Amino acid sequence: MNQVNPAAHEVPFVQLLTPDGQRVTDAEHSFDGDRAAIEGLYRDLVMTRRVDVEAFALQRHGELGLWPPALGQEAAQVGSARALKAHDYAFPTYRDHGVAWARGVDPSLLLGVYRGTDLGGWDPADHQLALPNIIIGAQTLHATGYAMGLTLEGLVGTGDSERDSAVIAYFGDGATSEGDVSEALDWAAVHQAPVVFFCENNHYAISLPAANQSHVPIVQRAAGFGLPGVRVDGNDVLACHAVTQRALQRARDGQGPTLIEAVTYRMGAHTTSDDPSRYREAAEVAEWKAKDPIDRVRLLLEAEGTTPEFFADLSAEADALGVHLRQACQNMPEPDLAELFDHVFVESTVENQQQQAEYVAWRASIEGSVSA
Amino acid sequence: MRMTMVKALNSGLRIAMENDPKVLLMGEDVGRLGGVFRVTEGLQKDFGEGRVMDSPLAESAIVGTAVGLAFRGFRPVVEIQFDGFVYPAYDQIVSQVAKLHFRSRGRVRMPMVIRIPFGGGIGAVEHHSESPEGQFALTAGLKVVSCADPHDAHWMIQQAIASDDPVVFMEPKRRYWETGEVDTETAPAPLWESRVVRPGRDATVIAYGAMVKTCLDSARAAEDDGLDLEVIDLRTLSPLDLGPVVESVRRTGHAIVVHEAARTLGLGAEIAARITEECFYSLESPVQRVTGYDMPYPPSRAEHEFLPGLDRILDAVDRARAY
Repeated sequence: MNQVNPAAHEVPFVQLLTPDGQRVTDAEHSFDGDRAAIEGLYRDLVMTRRVDVEAFALQRHGELGLWPPALGQEAAQVGSARALKAHDYAFPTYRDHGVAWARGVDPSLLLGVYRGTDLGGWDPADHQLALPNIIIGAQTLHATGYAMGLTLEGLVGTGDSERDSAVIAYFGDGATSEGDVSEALDWAAVHQAPVVFFCENNHYAISLPAANQSHVPIVQRAAGFGLPGVRVDGNDVLACHAVTQRALQRARDGQGPTLIEAVTYRMGAHTTSDDPSRYREAAEVAEWKAKDPIDRVRLLLEAEGTTPEFFADLSAEADALGVHLRQACQNMPEPDLAELFDHVFVESTVENQQQQAEYVAWRASIEGSVSA
Repeated sequence: MRMTMVKALNSGLRIAMENDPKVLLMGEDVGRLGGVFRVTEGLQKDFGEGRVMDSPLAESAIVGTAVGLAFRGFRPVVEIQFDGFVYPAYDQIVSQVAKLHFRSRGRVRMPMVIRIPFGGGIGAVEHHSESPEGQFALTAGLKVVSCADPHDAHWMIQQAIASDDPVVFMEPKRRYWETGEVDTETAPAPLWESRVVRPGRDATVIAYGAMVKTCLDSARAAEDDGLDLEVIDLRTLSPLDLGPVVESVRRTGHAIVVHEAARTLGLGAEIAARITEECFYSLESPVQRVTGYDMPYPPSRAEHEFLPGLDRILDAVDRARAY
């Protein structure tokens, strides 16, 4: 049997907001925003969760083939992504719906991949956000290369805050076992690339617990590659924001990469096709439910005098988003195979054109003769 | 002027870098050393460490970071040190480089060149003599080309770098040190065209990379038997340009495809199928394949038996004509 010791993974993390809504201090990190800023983050959390709830329901109604829930990981995603500047760049995974929300992507565009109408959804240049990567960990190398490009272009360490830029790479605990992630950490350190590696340790890679994935806490890997590592309460949006903001600023200042391990929990299944009751106890889930990333912010805001109208308005806004998602999902245009031929290459080939013409002719020849 | 293929590639890379500041070279030992084959010799000295990067030893990272650089608008030219070292990068090449343009519905471009010295015949140890081009040619979203002589090497590398699509650039390392005339003035043939390199009447011999010279040698030897072989250099493996092949086989009635890569499901199989589709009524014999055998690359003392050579090629010509 594996000699797994989950207790070895219980090392301290940065926390600025406790599960019961109390603000606490950290020697090196602080959240400097005012109440309005926290209300803004709270809105992001609530809207991200609504995206997730609606998409889950759409899958159960047969409108989506699959959905990978971000439930429980909203603070890690929103807190980190809101620390990005508009000109920074992010490379997400397929579960980072909160990152897409924070980068201004219409969340209905997340659905196409899972409805089978698209393989992406948006123009990365519009949001400085790459398309979600399904190959585990591959995007950490893309982020590193992009960051190396920023250095080459002189967009790092100039002292001009409008100019200096950084990159964030998202990945999970499972991805840390992939060679690409180790290569990315190594290259980023060697090149002192302006990239932040943001690991959402949600405790499970489908069924495999994080303790079976890595013999040491993930954050400790940073030392071996020669970059700073920070562990943060991944369900604490204020701490995630503070820790990421600091790491991004180091990167923009030309001080190199950082590894952040955000300790969170995947409250839902890996995807809608998964049954987590086969590999984890209900008591464990209940324990994490008590550490919910949204509840604690609400407790804080209520204590600090946010008005009931704010919460009511937000609830109505989330409802409207739900309506938008349901309508947009059902109205998504079906993919046209004939058109897809156009996107295999920038400069189309004769073979490509011939097969396209062959398909179009075949489709025309059977039109009306067979049922769809 | 006469130069080796190594020098021709080097001068082509230099021109591409002078013409476009977004062109970057990356790979193992490509900087200070100039590459293990010296293809990039002197370029780091002249263009700096930012544009000619000695990379850590990780092929997936070489291609994966090049993807990120391409996202940023650079045109990375990466060197995979040897054919057999490309497999750690296979996932990034197939799942990312080949698919990003498609995944993004044309919004993302991957103008990347992946240079791979390939093929055997140099007495090397295992993993240094392979021919993996077919694995890239069958991957939609990639383009694959191979130069056969210094002139093409000089021009094709520049054309590949100018392509907005990703190009796997197969360099026949066995021909690296052979010299040939390079015309640096004359406008080159388009990158995506195959070419008749020796006109002939009696049979059509189709090859690419190092095998082009072997086939030309075979054609010269066949002259002694009164045979006039046409030799075609494919140059582009994906997309294939079989126009000259079809035109030729319709005249000669016989086709012989030659490559170092293994036979089963190799490029020769696709070319034979296409010739059958296009030249069915002109064929006087089944398309012959002269290839490496379906085995891992052998110890180098046996490679002269494994690689297609003059005798096996001429034997195939005879078999075709005797059919």
